[in-house]
Amino acid sequence: MQSLPQILEGVPVTLLLTFFSISVGFCIGLLLALGRVYGKKAISYGCIVYLEIFRGTPLLVQLFIIYYGLPAVGIIFSPIIAALIGLSLNSAAYQAEYLRGSIQAIPSSQMIAGRTLGMTRLQSIRTVILPQALRISIPAWSNELIYLLKYTSIVVYIQVRDLTFQAKDIASHSSRYLETFLVVALIYLLFTFVFSEIVDRVEKHVRIPGIGLTQTVAKRNA
Amino acid sequence: MHMLEVKEIHKSYGSCEVLKGISFTVDKDETKVIIGTSGTGKSTLLKCINQIDPPDKGEVWLDGEELTNLSTDMNRIRQKIGFVFQDFNLFNHLTALQNVSIGLEKVKKIEKEKAKARAFDELKNVGLEKQAGQYPAQLSGGQKQRVGIARALAMDPVIILFDEPTSALDPELIGDVLDVMKSLAGKVAMLIVTHEMGFARNVADEIIFMEGGNIIESGSPEKMFNNANKERTREFLGRISCLYGKE
Repeated sequence: MQSLPQILEGVPVTLLLTFFSISVGFCIGLLLALGRVYGKKAISYGCIVYLEIFRGTPLLVQLFIIYYGLPAVGIIFSPIIAALIGLSLNSAAYQAEYLRGSIQAIPSSQMIAGRTLGMTRLQSIRTVILPQALRISIPAWSNELIYLLKYTSIVVYIQVRDLTFQAKDIASHSSRYLETFLVVALIYLLFTFVFSEIVDRVEKHVRIPGIGLTQTVAKRNA
Repeated sequence: MHMLEVKEIHKSYGSCEVLKGISFTVDKDETKVIIGTSGTGKSTLLKCINQIDPPDKGEVWLDGEELTNLSTDMNRIRQKIGFVFQDFNLFNHLTALQNVSIGLEKVKKIEKEKAKARAFDELKNVGLEKQAGQYPAQLSGGQKQRVGIARALAMDPVIILFDEPTSALDPELIGDVLDVMKSLAGKVAMLIVTHEMGFARNVADEIIFMEGGNIIESGSPEKMFNNANKERTREFLGRISCLYGKE
């Protein structure tokens, strides 16, 4: 147990990876989703190519390319930067798909109603479509947050000193694999529990009165 | 000069020609009702007017501006053309009040407090001041439609297009909506697609009968109901009056 402080040193790194990647991934993902749904052909096609590449290849391979591969063409990142880039770009692809589903779930008549008031397409998207689409994407987004928290653990392979890295370090020196990794598992569990609890509250808070039913359906389908 | 002028509108979807050369006019504060069987392009015609679904051929003019001209800024023009939908199409994430005020805030750029005050007045005019804070899912169909009308009116339109505004309503809720529409007659121009013959007869300045993408006949309610020129008009009005009541 005297190694607990060393394990906890990894916590801020894991949280940084999670929060940074989910946020940047969300911004890029939103642009990708909008580009795919509303963009002209070329833009829409470009978005699809991005999504296929990042969802069709393993995250670990993406991280290896960024960290070990890119130096060959003169682009060198520190482990943590490489991890932040890789996780963000990867999460963007998944978040884009969740968001696209939610955007397309909003009837096109909502957009038409906005346009008949004199709103531009962009105004309708911003004030009519997105406020509704984002709400129904919360359950799926919550899954992504939890996946991402857990997937950050593979950054040990590119030498990032996160929670799992510290545990591996301690375990290999002390040979106390079982205790060490059980403690680490518990820490991950604690965070996933807290995160889903928070997202749940947010979801309830922003729920549109009178349409609890649609939300339940969205959750079940997520 | 007429306020709204529709000239020889054609519209096709694939090989199906829905509108085959429609022309008519609407003057300031005039009420015109379009009737006809379902699937004759009445709704399409309304969407061709505000360019939500632009026509393939023909012209639409409003207040001396050609809407079918691609260089016309339709976002500006649409503020002057209210639209009331069959399925209401209220913004589900906004309260009744916000539904009415959002156009004022986002499109007309009126400051929030003033927009809200104006929106509240509009809701009051349609008898819904008590429902201002409720969301669409908490309102009845008739209430939703009255919010829809208030939303259109708040923008100070010169004309309002109604696309079967009572067709999705339970029979006992139709009256409230029709009363609101009646109260608007003569204050703003209205172009109304409806099956409510009693309403058409009492409120319309002119009735337009459409079928198969053409205007078969148009005229005053008096003429259309009592001595229409075309056999087909008499047949249709006779049949539909049995269904929807003559009043």
